[in-house]
Amino acid sequence: MPEGLQSLLKWPKEGNARVPYRVFSDPEIYRAERDRVFLGPTWQYLALADELPEPGDYKTTFLGETPVIVTRGEDGQIHAMVNRCAHRGNLVCLKQRGHSKDGLTCVYHAWRYDLTGNLTSVAFRRGVGGKGGMPDSFKIEEHGLKKLRTDSFAGLVFGTQSAEAPPLSEYIGNDIGGRIGRVMRGKPKILGTTSQILHNNWKLYVENVKDTYHASLLHTFFTTFRLSRLTTAGGVAIAESGAHHASYTYGAQRGDNTASDQAYAEIHSLHQDYGLKDPRFLDSVDEIGDGITLQILSVFPNFVLQQIHNSIAVRLVLPKGPDETELQWTYIGFEDDDDAMTERRLQQANLVGPAGYVSMEDGAVGGFIQRAIPGAEEECSVIEMGGHEHAPQPTRATEASVRGFWNAWRPLMGL
Amino acid sequence: MDLAEVARRLELEGLYTDYAACLDSDTLEAWPEFFTETCHYRVTSAENYEAGLPLGLIYATSQNMLRDRVSALREANIYEPQRYRHLISGIRIDGEQGRALDVTANFLVVRTMQDGGMTLFATGRYVDRVERTETGWKFAKKDVVLDSRQIDTLLAIPL
Repeated sequence: MPEGLQSLLKWPKEGNARVPYRVFSDPEIYRAERDRVFLGPTWQYLALADELPEPGDYKTTFLGETPVIVTRGEDGQIHAMVNRCAHRGNLVCLKQRGHSKDGLTCVYHAWRYDLTGNLTSVAFRRGVGGKGGMPDSFKIEEHGLKKLRTDSFAGLVFGTQSAEAPPLSEYIGNDIGGRIGRVMRGKPKILGTTSQILHNNWKLYVENVKDTYHASLLHTFFTTFRLSRLTTAGGVAIAESGAHHASYTYGAQRGDNTASDQAYAEIHSLHQDYGLKDPRFLDSVDEIGDGITLQILSVFPNFVLQQIHNSIAVRLVLPKGPDETELQWTYIGFEDDDDAMTERRLQQANLVGPAGYVSMEDGAVGGFIQRAIPGAEEECSVIEMGGHEHAPQPTRATEASVRGFWNAWRPLMGL
Repeated sequence: MDLAEVARRLELEGLYTDYAACLDSDTLEAWPEFFTETCHYRVTSAENYEAGLPLGLIYATSQNMLRDRVSALREANIYEPQRYRHLISGIRIDGEQGRALDVTANFLVVRTMQDGGMTLFATGRYVDRVERTETGWKFAKKDVVLDSRQIDTLLAIPL
């Protein structure tokens, strides 16, 4: 375990059921996370393998705030490397995505790299007319781009800068891995992307994703149309370490909703008299065939896979400072979708994203917390729904998976 | 330019002016009335649009879906009080097919929150098809193509 940050923060004796608000605002904690979480022994989502079909295709993304290039090499394999020239630290790739036939060239001094990140040439290495140039001691093979380990699972490519992180499938585990596989059943087809700037620490969004308790309370849409209620059958799967989770909900009750309506009668999120004039956008089919209509899954630290009826998206949570986060969404379907299924996915995309009937509130609630905690750095949130443990539970009226996140985060930070 | 053409251009300018006023003065219930019954309305980014990707951040295929959007904003969704100021300019007729016109226009939207905080919230262009109906020009299709793919916090009020 790395040296702890106890000088900054003493973790409360209640353990994962209490989280000091300081962790969401302190610049030193944020700085330490960069090394220990994002450049530490964690796997982070980089791309869909199908985004880079041809050798020479590349995209740029981030490990935390560290810029990364992901390529499809001449060998047909995916490679990833830090997007920082080994010469003077310039960004090598400026575009979000592109295709390069002959490797990657830094614009500053035209140092060239192959698609795996090896330095292949240095402009004017021998100087001009015997003057200038690199000394003979300069070894081209010692100055490549910093390479990441990459691995993929169900068509999702992850990367890590750590030599210690276990193989990806072991990191994710069988249970959560199976729940990724049930969604990523075919060759993905991208329907579109979007991104949101959230005015909160990245962990507040991750907590929100892992919080199975809030969904039908904050989001009126879920409750009113019986899309997801705590009274509907479902539960939460949690990796043993607490790091990853998947919450799942079975199809809403078709029959008598009286008892469920009574349970929500006093809660603002149930509006009995509210109806849709054109509810076609909620027409969904059980495409997976297991009756689960809603699954929200996270892989520590910052990856989310969403199945809300037929709306499937991957989300990447990127830290942009102690109190700012970019949330990137990639909405997908599959190659074998017919037109009706594509239309269904597009209609149901209305539920999520920055304008989502459901997700809209998630974009704002982290910012509400961020604005409420100044002056409360020594105080704590209370995360006790469902007890103090982070074991899987056959209900979503629990905060077990939120505790699981802290159980995974704290040892990395030595807290 | 003959007088009929001048009149048509003034009518279109009136359509966009009224559209902006509707959204900016919080009379959202009137917003669906700017569209035909079977309209398509979509908010997307230039990145998606240029790549031919069909996703919409808001995606509606009927006037009633727009009415549902408004009632959800009034009754269901939770967001902080805010207002928009639309500046629409450069209205241009790109094509004509029967009673329908393909029209593009630029927009710039400043969002002001309840505490007075202002941001340049969105810029982009409308890629529209308008139809002349008995009750005036209506949008049969409106693609709101945002220059940026980033949305600050959330997109509640339509664009």
